[in-house]
Amino acid sequence: MPLLEIDDLSVSFDTPDGTVSAVRGVSMALEAGKTLAIVGESGSGKSQTAFAALGLLAKNGRATGSVRFEGEEILNAPLKALNKIRAEKIAMVFQDPMTSLNPYMRVSDQMSEVLMHHKGMGKKEAVAEAVRMLDAVHIPSARERIRLYPHEFSGGMRQRVMIAMALLCRPRLLIADEPTTALDVTVQAQIMSLFSELQSEFGMALLLITHDLGVVAGSCEDVVVMYGGRIMEKAPVDPLFADPVHPYTLGLLRAIPRVDKGSEELLTIPGAPPNMTNPPPGCPFRPRCAWGGDDCDAVVPPLDSVGPNRSRACIRPVETIREGIPADYEEALP
Amino acid sequence: MSELLRVEDLRVTFDIPRRGALPFAEPLHLRAVGGVDFTLNAGETLGIVGESGCGKSTLARALIRMVPGEGRVVWMGGDDLLAVSRRKMLSYRSEIQMIFQDPLAALNPRMTVGQIIAEPLRTHRPDLSSTEVKTRVKEMMDRVSLLPNQINRYPHEFSGGQCQRIGIARALIVEPKLIICDEPVSALDVSIQAQVINLLMRLQKELGLALIFIAHDLSVVRHISDRVMVLYLGRIMEIAEKHDLYANARHPYTQALMSAVPVPDPDIERTKDVIVLSGELPSPLDPPSGCVFRTRCPRAQALCAERDPVLEEKPSGRPGQRIACHFADET
Amino acid sequence: MLVEQQKMESLAGRLVEEEVKGRSPWADARRRFVRNKAAMFGLVILVFVGAFALFGPYIAAWSIDELDFMVLGQVAELGGPSIETGHYFGTDDLGRDLFARVVQGTQISLMVGLVGAAIAVIVGTLWGAIAGYVGGATDNVMMRTVDILMAIPYMFVLILLLVMFGRSIAMLFFGIGLLSWLDMSRIVRGQTLSLKNMEYIEAARATGVSGFRIILRHIVPNLLGIVAVYATLLVPLMILTESFISFLGLGVQEPLTSWGALISEGAGTMQYGTLWQLLFPLFFFVITLFGFFFVGDGLRDALDPKDR
Repeated sequence: MPLLEIDDLSVSFDTPDGTVSAVRGVSMALEAGKTLAIVGESGSGKSQTAFAALGLLAKNGRATGSVRFEGEEILNAPLKALNKIRAEKIAMVFQDPMTSLNPYMRVSDQMSEVLMHHKGMGKKEAVAEAVRMLDAVHIPSARERIRLYPHEFSGGMRQRVMIAMALLCRPRLLIADEPTTALDVTVQAQIMSLFSELQSEFGMALLLITHDLGVVAGSCEDVVVMYGGRIMEKAPVDPLFADPVHPYTLGLLRAIPRVDKGSEELLTIPGAPPNMTNPPPGCPFRPRCAWGGDDCDAVVPPLDSVGPNRSRACIRPVETIREGIPADYEEALP
Repeated sequence: MSELLRVEDLRVTFDIPRRGALPFAEPLHLRAVGGVDFTLNAGETLGIVGESGCGKSTLARALIRMVPGEGRVVWMGGDDLLAVSRRKMLSYRSEIQMIFQDPLAALNPRMTVGQIIAEPLRTHRPDLSSTEVKTRVKEMMDRVSLLPNQINRYPHEFSGGQCQRIGIARALIVEPKLIICDEPVSALDVSIQAQVINLLMRLQKELGLALIFIAHDLSVVRHISDRVMVLYLGRIMEIAEKHDLYANARHPYTQALMSAVPVPDPDIERTKDVIVLSGELPSPLDPPSGCVFRTRCPRAQALCAERDPVLEEKPSGRPGQRIACHFADET
Repeated sequence: MLVEQQKMESLAGRLVEEEVKGRSPWADARRRFVRNKAAMFGLVILVFVGAFALFGPYIAAWSIDELDFMVLGQVAELGGPSIETGHYFGTDDLGRDLFARVVQGTQISLMVGLVGAAIAVIVGTLWGAIAGYVGGATDNVMMRTVDILMAIPYMFVLILLLVMFGRSIAMLFFGIGLLSWLDMSRIVRGQTLSLKNMEYIEAARATGVSGFRIILRHIVPNLLGIVAVYATLLVPLMILTESFISFLGLGVQEPLTSWGALISEGAGTMQYGTLWQLLFPLFFFVITLFGFFFVGDGLRDALDPKDR
């Protein structure tokens, strides 16, 4: 049984401009101790998928479908049950650490409070455990620095504090939403290696939400590529990068410049992501796709299996995609 | 190639009042940029990379006197931009334009796209009639792949990528010779990023522009630049032709920076060695003695604390590659 | 060659294509405002009060200073509101028509409010925008001036002025106008400081746009939202100040009147059973304040950039 199982999850928001369907029928599973990445651009629905699973949607949001954690349904579960799970079994790390740290409380108080409340520890014991956790995320002289306020840490250190706090109750699943986007590359490298170290130490699963394919390549076992609220491709990390079989994945990989080799010209994906109040009727990527045709508007392409643990949502044959992007791609589009 | 810009010993120091001190007490001096030298040729792209707080944005702004700097910035072998009168500087402002990081924040929400793009033109070419201005604006919109019939729309009606195109059109309309791009793609989505990079490169070729391209993303800089400068704590660590720098980085900081950039290839990612930098960026209020990088440098020795290394060519480097490290030739 | 020509033609075609109309942030705000029921209700009230002040004199059967000798001496019995006698709102203690006097009070009170707010908007916005944008020593001098003016107990000064130079509307306007812009300039300066760091201001500076033009074209238009909200909330404040002074008997001079003076008179004669003398002016006073507060709230919601 997978640790986390998301089944046909849809999320929509009521806004003054109409209903925004942020996530549309998404399914995925994460085994205990493994790492799954959700990759997508802004507006792809990757963050909302995680937020919905944890009951963290904004007030105007609605979620349908099913999310099971250790076999137990948690989507739209009562707040009390959710709070318990969120505190003890699933932890979350955000892009901006200041959103989850109270600027007016010492780190020691914030961390020990969690332990005292959920584990029933005494104050002394809780602080000692908090120091241990700060040591685990490699904060130098943790014993002294735990007395500081959050703003007295640098960006990278603050992110470590937040991770330490997330790990306090030894969660079985850590959800990291763009954890390194605001950080410099050298710090990003440190944080990513910290994640894998902590994973092997505490045996927890990691759900990594990111837009950076480079980060995904280095740290994950499985990848889900999302676009326009739907899953485009689901695959283990190696075949995904070696042999992308969805036009969007292929385009994305060709569009990013690489530090290890020069490139003459970047392939661009023309156009812009769809407006989610009024998404295209069929495949959401159709208006920007090199192989798009009228038949793509007719049906929402199902996620078909194309190999072991691998599926994609596209009606064009795999061989056609493998031939590469047509030269006259940009001109051919409307 | 003709020299467009020669920067000699550019320094930027900010005075910061001491906390709780009297108004006339001696303020703290924050050395944001310290003694930077480089040249830029016409039509060339110079990439400036470094982590946040390294002074790359300040450096670029000092070139056009948006922040006060000392030293010399010689424009086309003639005037020193830091010494000319304000009035004279005004005329140079049409030669050097800027593109900003946040595409939407860089556009006044209460102005139409046409008004925004026309603003530099109205400032520098008051002789043009409004029909003439409008024609030029529309031509420029077409050039950056915006529909000219959208001239009366407002910024919030455009996507991030389109807003960045508006910013580019605004910079190009006065036919500048140099554009300073301050992280122009880091706020954009991956698929849009490529569009903007390609557009910039195409326009550069067509118009013979020189670019100063500031970014923290070494992959993007590699793609777009001819030469690359690596900054750390306001000092140049290394500057070289792109191919030389990426193939043969000599400075330990450059090496660490490059090893940390993730590569979208699982095989490479799993096997590569990341050089981890210990410690944190020192405060620019109290920089280390000698080499500013020594507190985090894996190769630091006693000499590094005593003497500030000179930015110069080294035997292990390629011609034109200048490195500020005492031990660049080791390993 | 042919391709080139086609390209040129298509370019020419695109250049003359009909221009799409934009949806300005103001239009967006207007749409949100119109959708806000409370704000629209407030607006209707204000329109009603405004119409009352404008057209009231044509409806009134009596003029302001005419005494109705029929009711004199028996105001409590005969001076009540009635259509027959033409005293729609009854008469005051001296037998003057209360309707006409309320119309006039409304005119004066609204004028005080609007003029006070207008001075605040013009002086306060420019003062605050210049102080905020220029910064440094200029900012210091300008804002310390505001601080000093604010430190003066203004009600005391206003009362002194009115006592020394005699009670006149001009003096009242002068006194209120002198003080109303202080808060506004502080708010505007704060906003300007945050706007100053926006990249579009930097872009304008980098391209060489002059400071004055930056203030007029980039800063002021982006301040207008908050200024409009604050101004609508300032009008009732001004009306309240004027009413307070008139209530003390220091405001406008007879035969002119204002809401404050009328309420004061009405309150004084309450015990003789002429309650209408208090209630009619009070009614207009209260609904106007409500109207302005509703509209101010609606404007704030409509112009709030967080919504976008």
